[in-house]
Amino acid sequence: MRNRRVELVGGLFLLLLLWLIVYPLLLVLIEGFSGPNGWTVDFVRLFLEQPNEFRALWGSLWISVVSVLLAGLIGIPLAFLFARYDFPGRGVLGWLVALPAVLPPLVGVIAFLFLYGESGFVSLIIQRLFGLAEAPWTLQGAGAILLVHAYSMYVYFYLFTRAGLASLDASVLEAAASLGAGRWRTLRRVVLPLLYPGLGGAALLTFMTSLASFSAPYIFGGGFRVMTTQIVATRLNGDNELAMIETVSLTLVALIALWMLRGPRARDNAAGGRKGTAPVRVRVRRRGVRLALGLVGWSLAVVLLLPHLTLLLVSFVPVGTWTTEPLPPAYTWRNYLTLLEDPVRARPLFNSLWLAAASTVAAVGLALAAGLLTVRRRVRGRGLIEGLLALPWAVPGTVFAIALATAFSVQSPLTGRFVLVGTLWILPLAYLIRNLPITSRAILAGFRGLDPSLDEAAATLGAGRWRTLRRVTLPLLRPALLAGASLAFVTAFGDFVTSIMLYTYDTRPISLEILSSLRQSDVGVAAAYGVVLMAVSAAVFALGADQGSSG
Amino acid sequence: MTFLRLENLTKRFDGTTAVDRLSLTIERGEMLALLGPSGSGKTTTLRLLAGFETPDQGRVIVEGEDVTRVEPVARRFGMVFQHYALFPHLDVGENLAFGLESLGVGGEELQRRVARALALVDLAGFERRRIGQLSGGQQQRVALARALAPEPRVLLLDEPLSNLDPSLRERTRREIRDLIRRVGITTVLVTHEQDEAFDLGDRVAVLRNGRLEQVGTPEDLYAAPVNEFVAEFVGRSSSIGVVVLGPGDRGLRISAEGAEWDLTDTAETPPGTALMVVRPEALRLMAPVPGALSGTVTQRRFIGASSLFTIVTDGGATLEVTGPPRSVSAGERVSIMPSRRAGGGIHLFSRPASDA
Repeated sequence: MRNRRVELVGGLFLLLLLWLIVYPLLLVLIEGFSGPNGWTVDFVRLFLEQPNEFRALWGSLWISVVSVLLAGLIGIPLAFLFARYDFPGRGVLGWLVALPAVLPPLVGVIAFLFLYGESGFVSLIIQRLFGLAEAPWTLQGAGAILLVHAYSMYVYFYLFTRAGLASLDASVLEAAASLGAGRWRTLRRVVLPLLYPGLGGAALLTFMTSLASFSAPYIFGGGFRVMTTQIVATRLNGDNELAMIETVSLTLVALIALWMLRGPRARDNAAGGRKGTAPVRVRVRRRGVRLALGLVGWSLAVVLLLPHLTLLLVSFVPVGTWTTEPLPPAYTWRNYLTLLEDPVRARPLFNSLWLAAASTVAAVGLALAAGLLTVRRRVRGRGLIEGLLALPWAVPGTVFAIALATAFSVQSPLTGRFVLVGTLWILPLAYLIRNLPITSRAILAGFRGLDPSLDEAAATLGAGRWRTLRRVTLPLLRPALLAGASLAFVTAFGDFVTSIMLYTYDTRPISLEILSSLRQSDVGVAAAYGVVLMAVSAAVFALGADQGSSG
Repeated sequence: MTFLRLENLTKRFDGTTAVDRLSLTIERGEMLALLGPSGSGKTTTLRLLAGFETPDQGRVIVEGEDVTRVEPVARRFGMVFQHYALFPHLDVGENLAFGLESLGVGGEELQRRVARALALVDLAGFERRRIGQLSGGQQQRVALARALAPEPRVLLLDEPLSNLDPSLRERTRREIRDLIRRVGITTVLVTHEQDEAFDLGDRVAVLRNGRLEQVGTPEDLYAAPVNEFVAEFVGRSSSIGVVVLGPGDRGLRISAEGAEWDLTDTAETPPGTALMVVRPEALRLMAPVPGALSGTVTQRRFIGASSLFTIVTDGGATLEVTGPPRSVSAGERVSIMPSRRAGGGIHLFSRPASDA
């Protein structure tokens, strides 16, 4: 009796996910293949005949591959350095190295613009030093995109490799040594194979992030198009059906990449469960080497921190005072006061806060329900539920934005479509769907980590379902809930890619205000907003991580 | 009078029968041990008792009340879980209060009963300790106190000692036994350790493949196993194929690899092939004698007052025999005879010739 009711709830939940996640994508497919006279492949033909389209798709692909290589080349050696060697400042530096993670994509991009753009600090300083007539370089095209990608995505490789190294059992390395394997052979035959699952995960994450990357190509692309920017341009041109076909092509590439790169699962890896002690760090003794390592480390830290510092500096620049000087001549609090006092300029901050909060609450609620249904009650179709929750991760944000814009621009309750585009609800909905994968991943992992006998213990002690949930399950899930919520909040708070396609004037989020400030050359306010995004993201991350570890 | 009755309990999971028509009765205040190898259905039986699983057939009756379909929440059965399942985010006192609060106990009464339950397990004053600060043995006692605090009708213990260091087990076993005797609560415990079952259980139920093989006092099971499974599972034993010849001069005559023995204390068994299951102390070793059951010593294990010898007979059977510590050593040839005081240590189970 009770079980049938649970199964029913599970079925309804599955329907909800299908409606939110699969249905909009399906509608894109349908629109791309239907013309005024029924089914057609005209738009596919159009897509195939235009060299621009292929160039954009190819651009997305090779940019992503090169981003993976660059991120790996930076992140992996860095992780080895920090995991294996002890040198002055290791602790602080190890923490600073993860800093690019707190820069929302758009904020990182504008920081790079202020730094290395044609009138950025670094460019101007070099121009002055060498007496050049114009900027030494232009921050445009594929190179600029790759620079930003390498900066923001090496963190994945760094973190995954460090986690892998930390879980290595020292006795495995000692065993290799006792079997006569030298340092290189141990690295090649023992350490790297044990790190493969982690590295595969980092590569997949970098590839997918890069494929979906929008901010960098949008700001720096110039004539160089990748598929995400191509879709937005086509859509703005009014070629709706062609945009649909482009969307389908990008989705296909993403799904094929996911299928090809899905590596061995982490749980198959013997190094995953930590049993022994981690290898001891080598303390670098030679004075020269120590100094060199310290120097490399600190210059690296400066490079990593420059974007953040630049943003902070520019945020104090009054409107129109900084033109050709290498450093701004005047500073003021004005920009921050503007954010607080001018109701029109303050609106985006308020908008982003409530949009992110609402979508976070919804994502946590859905993930919690999913955990109860799939892990606890093990309803039928639980595999499908988990697959659907993970799906938006593989689909670029641009694609989902198009899909939602398509699905929810028509009022047709019988087919499950409502006019949400242009209302308050479309952005929280979009954020929610984009956040479901990370939030539910964290929360489902939390559920799996709970000993089911705790629930049974509560039952034998006479506690009903609600009391058990309130007193036992939720308190124990707190770290997972906070981790899932903080990830969701930060992503939604800094979102640019879906917002640019779905926002209305009343719901314009911070990212769009940054863009429009930039267009009006109001760099100070743009930077001030960037600093707010950065600070809030860092604070929320810290909260999630802190509670997560202490709970 | 019967306090707890399991009637014809059957539970199937995906086509395999975990518990197969199991019936048992437990007296008020009795401790019953469910003993069996893994997969024997003992844990499923315990979970059926607790109400975590619903049987496909059969009933669970407590004090005349049918509780088969009663939710665990309302069953008032206390349970100590294998890994204790203490709530890690609550302190010791809050863990103990959890079940009492379900009963609506509050205020000073609550504190008093928590303190009383802690005193019962010798942990008075531990209310504000965090679970993570307790040793394994203390966690076990807190789990026991938590289960007992709401004064349940029946106490269920799932492998209560498996999580403890071997050095702690024996002492903890005694403590648990004394405590449960003192409280006088009807208890069902699950274990795969024969020592534990014999020490804690007033009676022991031996399970295999979901079926009850035999239930009785430890002495009954050891002295009169109903089949070879029980004989081999309970206590140390080894076995050899023999032929029962019929009544002899001094008891039942059998032939083991051609050697004829007369067994005095062994139950009547029809002539034909049989499996002989023997306790190591029911046999003795002697210098090789022509015509006797003979073999080679392959191993000697020192076990205190005596040694346990492993002998591979000329016919290929492996037998274990106890004897004086240094009487023979590995590689020597010996003959084996039934010990003069074999007691009930030799059991015969008829086997059709085809699978002997």
